[in-house]
Amino acid sequence: MSTETLQELTRRPYAAGFVTQVESDTFPPGLDEDVIRQISAKKGEPEFLLDWRLKAFRHWKTMKEPTWQAVTYAPIDYQAIRYYSAPKQKPVKASLDEVDPEILRTYEKLGIPLHEQKLLQNVAVDAVFDSVSVATTFKDKLAKAGVIFCSFSEAVREHPELVKKYLGTVVPYSDNYFAALNSAVFSDGSFVYIPKGVRCPMELSTYFRINAAETGQFERTLIVAEEGSYVSYLEGCTAPQRDTNQLHAAVVELVALDNATIKYSTVQNWYPGDAEGRGGIFNFVTKRGIAHRAAKISWTQVETGSAITWKYPSVILKGDDSVGEFYSVALTNNMQQADTGTKMVHIGKNSRSTIVSKGISAGRGQNTYRGLVKVLKSAENARNYTQCDSLLLGDKCGAHTVPYIEVKNASAQVEHEASTSKIGEDQLFYCRQRGISQEDAVSMIVNGFCRQVFKELPMEFAVEAQKLLGVSLEGSVG
Amino acid sequence: MALLTVRNLHARVAGKDILKGIDLEVAPGEVHAIMGPNGSGKSTLASVLAGRDGYEVTQGEVLFDGKPLLELSPEARAAAGVFLAFQYPVEIPGVGNIHFLRTALNAQRRSKGLEELDAMDFLQLAKEKSKLVQLDAAFMNRSVNEGFSGGEKKRNEIFQMAVLEPRLAILDETDSGLDIDALRTVAGGVNALRSPERGMVLITHYQRLLDYIVPDKVHVIAAGRIVRSGGRELALELEEKGYGWLGLDGGKKTTAEARR
Repeated sequence: MSTETLQELTRRPYAAGFVTQVESDTFPPGLDEDVIRQISAKKGEPEFLLDWRLKAFRHWKTMKEPTWQAVTYAPIDYQAIRYYSAPKQKPVKASLDEVDPEILRTYEKLGIPLHEQKLLQNVAVDAVFDSVSVATTFKDKLAKAGVIFCSFSEAVREHPELVKKYLGTVVPYSDNYFAALNSAVFSDGSFVYIPKGVRCPMELSTYFRINAAETGQFERTLIVAEEGSYVSYLEGCTAPQRDTNQLHAAVVELVALDNATIKYSTVQNWYPGDAEGRGGIFNFVTKRGIAHRAAKISWTQVETGSAITWKYPSVILKGDDSVGEFYSVALTNNMQQADTGTKMVHIGKNSRSTIVSKGISAGRGQNTYRGLVKVLKSAENARNYTQCDSLLLGDKCGAHTVPYIEVKNASAQVEHEASTSKIGEDQLFYCRQRGISQEDAVSMIVNGFCRQVFKELPMEFAVEAQKLLGVSLEGSVG
Repeated sequence: MALLTVRNLHARVAGKDILKGIDLEVAPGEVHAIMGPNGSGKSTLASVLAGRDGYEVTQGEVLFDGKPLLELSPEARAAAGVFLAFQYPVEIPGVGNIHFLRTALNAQRRSKGLEELDAMDFLQLAKEKSKLVQLDAAFMNRSVNEGFSGGEKKRNEIFQMAVLEPRLAILDETDSGLDIDALRTVAGGVNALRSPERGMVLITHYQRLLDYIVPDKVHVIAAGRIVRSGGRELALELEEKGYGWLGLDGGKKTTAEARR
């Protein structure tokens, strides 16, 4: 049994792999300054943004793709990618009735109905389809609280001063290769603004869907939480099943001003490629937040999809008494590769950070935790606690842990714990002896392993994440 | 009809023959003790009956309720009513004890075509059964066996047995590592679960357990065979004279033989 059966069990079907037939407005493949001007023109952007994009592009051309990560893939031909694809329809939707019914059906099939009466009571959704946002729900209710939740394009039109003030302040366009590319060509994404002292009355969520072939998806999310405010935000992602790889290079910037809290959760289920490693999304993402005085930024991620995952949601703990958290579950199966972790940069006094990373490797999957805890000289009494656990299913997969710790202040306390375990024959037999089937036992053990992270997710999504992990491992889809 | 019939059972582990012709018959309501020196094959017998991986049956057969047992998966054997109280109960981090047990009970109920118990009904049942081995509520919400003391783990095994109500319970060295109070508690739980329909097989190295759980029959196993069977007095005799008395050389040779 054991290894073979486990491999059998971890053959994962991908439920979100269908394609929606919609007429699209798609650019031909290729990237130069003209393409960037066209994207900007399509969106009717102000001058400052076009300038910023062009600066980013010129900088990008001087950069080299990073090679330090523990993943291997065929070279990406950036001229073969289409940088813009949008379903053909009116650019601004007065109501959901004007959204292409095919697209509404797509989201329904994915379990995200966009009609408000069918929605989860307390979750507002922004749906991004290929390069553009197609619908945002509960806008009126949010507006009453003073909360702005809209697509990035709309924010550029309606709130240019806010975009100009914060764009690129956490992740500058020169930050890294993929962030620079994103800054040059980003097409849409979500924008959130929570005014001073406001507790956002509902969960906010963005659902990203790549549909068109050969396109890249480059969305950008910016969340600004003013002093003393609170917001919980969740993103989900899926893509059709295709034989070729598709590039997804997103940027997320979070700004938590004094005493604000931002909780950011991700359930990433991009198409992972097939068992032989054909197809799948290349997921190169830069996520970072800046926490001012006594502010808190908490990242929770459940990464089950993508052929390659390259992301390090980070927190710059700038203010005194600021708090950063990173809770992660990363699952790699078949030929998937993940190099993921976080950076916690302590600048403020008494800043605290917690890192809990759970890596699960199955099939021939390779899973690397890569993390940096950096305590600057100014960060008197900084605290960090890091826990990295790896679980191996089968004997052809790999788990790697690469922690970096740099401490410049002697009063800091930094703890690191790590463990690697194989899903035990003993655990499986124990479950089965009590009457639990092998499939359910694997699912139960893996979910138990991830519990510390799942409990950080908003309730509805914790259930979804558990199911997703179950489906990913069970090999039989209901 | 016998509940469990073992005929000429031969089994090997990692290429080594461990069981070399076991015959055993357990009727409903009977408690059998299987004793023997270390490495004699006691725990191997338990593992083979429960269907643990890596144990190859080379000869013989096992009937449970008159039907062949060995062709069933471990979970199917559990659903048929075979329960093994583990010598070393396994920890499953992050999985709540109660959640685990409810999943198990409902899986068994499903395979019998019975309706599943909902959370409330199950909790009621669990509360009631936990009294048997004096487990408190806090204990039930902890992860399966994680951070449990040796005694708590063994009590938890008996608690699970009480909830699952098997027809045949195999207790593999349930007494090992218990102090006298814990042993009394565990034995009390086991005695409460004795019934005319249920058979039990107690595997133990020491006769001490049999002071608390009085068996109907005692078998001595050595080098993979049952070398002596008798009533309770056999256990007492063994206690007094040691395994050497039966012409077994203290288990030394057999230990070496059986240790992987």
